[in-house]
Amino acid sequence: MTTIRDRAKRPFHFSSSLDLTLLTNRRARDLAELLEHLRAVPGSVIYYHTHHFLVQHQYLSPEPPNDFAYWVTGVLQEDRLGEQLAAIDLIQFRTIRALRERIIEVIEGHLNERQELRTAPEGEEFHFREAVSFVVPTRHSAHDLTEFADCMEKIGFGSLSFHFFGARLRMEKGEDDFSQWLVTELGEAELAAAIARLDPYTYTLDGLRRAVVRLVRHRLQERAA
Amino acid sequence: MTMLDQYEEFVGRGEIDELRLLGQQLQGRRVVTVNSTAVGGGVAEILSRLVPLSREVGLDIRWDVIKGGEDFFSVTKRMHNALHGKAETFSAHDYEVFRETTKTNLADMDLDADIVFVHDPQPAGLIEARRADRGRWVWRCHIDVSAPQPDVWDFLAGYVTRYDATVFSAPQFSRNLDLPQVLITPSIDPLSDKNRALTDAEVDHVLDRLKVPRDKPIITQISRFDRLKDPLGVIAAFRLAQRYNDCRLVLAGGSATDDPEGAEVLAAVHEAANDDPDIHVLELPPTANIEINAIQRASTLILQKSLKEGFGLTVSEALWKAKPVIAGAVGGIPLQVTHRYSGILTHTIEGTAFWIKQLLNAPDYARRLGENGREHVRTNFLLTRHLRDYLLLFLFLERSGERIVNLH
Repeated sequence: MTTIRDRAKRPFHFSSSLDLTLLTNRRARDLAELLEHLRAVPGSVIYYHTHHFLVQHQYLSPEPPNDFAYWVTGVLQEDRLGEQLAAIDLIQFRTIRALRERIIEVIEGHLNERQELRTAPEGEEFHFREAVSFVVPTRHSAHDLTEFADCMEKIGFGSLSFHFFGARLRMEKGEDDFSQWLVTELGEAELAAAIARLDPYTYTLDGLRRAVVRLVRHRLQERAA
Repeated sequence: MTMLDQYEEFVGRGEIDELRLLGQQLQGRRVVTVNSTAVGGGVAEILSRLVPLSREVGLDIRWDVIKGGEDFFSVTKRMHNALHGKAETFSAHDYEVFRETTKTNLADMDLDADIVFVHDPQPAGLIEARRADRGRWVWRCHIDVSAPQPDVWDFLAGYVTRYDATVFSAPQFSRNLDLPQVLITPSIDPLSDKNRALTDAEVDHVLDRLKVPRDKPIITQISRFDRLKDPLGVIAAFRLAQRYNDCRLVLAGGSATDDPEGAEVLAAVHEAANDDPDIHVLELPPTANIEINAIQRASTLILQKSLKEGFGLTVSEALWKAKPVIAGAVGGIPLQVTHRYSGILTHTIEGTAFWIKQLLNAPDYARRLGENGREHVRTNFLLTRHLRDYLLLFLFLERSGERIVNLH
């Protein structure tokens, strides 16, 4: 059993990720081309198209699905496949490789049933892009739960998404940074589990921030009692 | 308060801190940015703000402008058209004029810097000054070169392929090039006269002066009188919607006195408007920034029914005022509007009319579109994001190859 501690030996330093978008020279007019590129592109391309919406459209609730689903539905008008792609449960994947395989599997499944390919109108092709992520420190750090909750209320969306999504999938740590720190430094296993249980993809970033702060403040009240 | 601090009210402290932090990483880098005009046009407008902001975060930046005679700018104007896909003929002499002007500028300019940032085709030939042992060079293309006239593109590519990276404003504008291509969208300045907050009294005053009553919903398109902006399509869509909804249309754009094609389109617009008191065709001078701001703020809906578009930054200007926008799904517009979330994308006159009616009759939904649009612009199309992308690009040039760069 882990010991609950009031103050961490190693504080949590909040970082932020700032992304520069690269164009890849790859474009798809139909599902066959989309599939071909999906098999060949670097993982940073898959990460970009499944995550940039979260930051760029962070005010929308619920967020529009990943770019593949948006294009398949909106441009190719393949509603069924679009729905399947939107429903891919991103939280279940611990690596980009596994996520890529699932996206490919869903599209292949669709193509096995239907041979006829719809082509995107000119100018509405799918353009593959890639994120170069620059990880920068912020001025926020926390030694205990109160400071942690206070920082969570102040950090930017780049920071929130870096510790939630980037850590799990891009850095392939398998879990978000917050949960990991809460367990190892403060022994807060239950609180960490509650945060890890949130499906961050079903919240706006601000909604996610509020959900985490609520859990932490609730835990502080419990401790005080 | 510094210039950068003035943006905190729009984007928050965190974003301003991030810009300063990126600036620290680039402290003292010597940057030269070159374009072809010091005033007028979108590029000069953006540079006049970005250059002082870059200096404030720590770059040692200079802005230079190339010089050229009438013959040079006549060739580059036609090049611009041909890169957009309009058929033009070029002689060997035309290319020679381009090369000679480049040579003259090379003799006059100091391009010894850590980063040389060249905008658009006119100064592209300055790459001839590149030295193998120092400096990184970026070519920033502000125009749509997705379907260029091949001979002109081949000529330009002879220069472009020698740069370290290129920058495009929309994915579909890019070319198949064997060098890094970066996507950096343009931006609007929330502090400029065209976008700053106006009081109701200021808005009323402008509308009174322009003789546009505010007695019914106003639908607006701001654009020059150009067929590609489809002003006649706007009038046709308005007429269809007008059958069911009592509303006004404002078509406002630059005066067409120097542009024979524009004058022709303007005449056709007046004919189609047919003296309808609910259609206001306004010719505004290029300095009419507050007027455009006021018209947008007084509008219930804003259209940008373009058939072809560069980036279409008027869409971001409208969204920043939290207005519901109905726009053609062309050029950079789909980057600014996500259909049904932050605005409406249409492809036809009938579709535009349909959505005009829908949004006039569903004001709550229209309001949500506008609010989402404003937040989308706040996150993605303000000047501070533009500065951030440029700073990241400069860091990328020093660390290219890495996809996760730790700046701790």
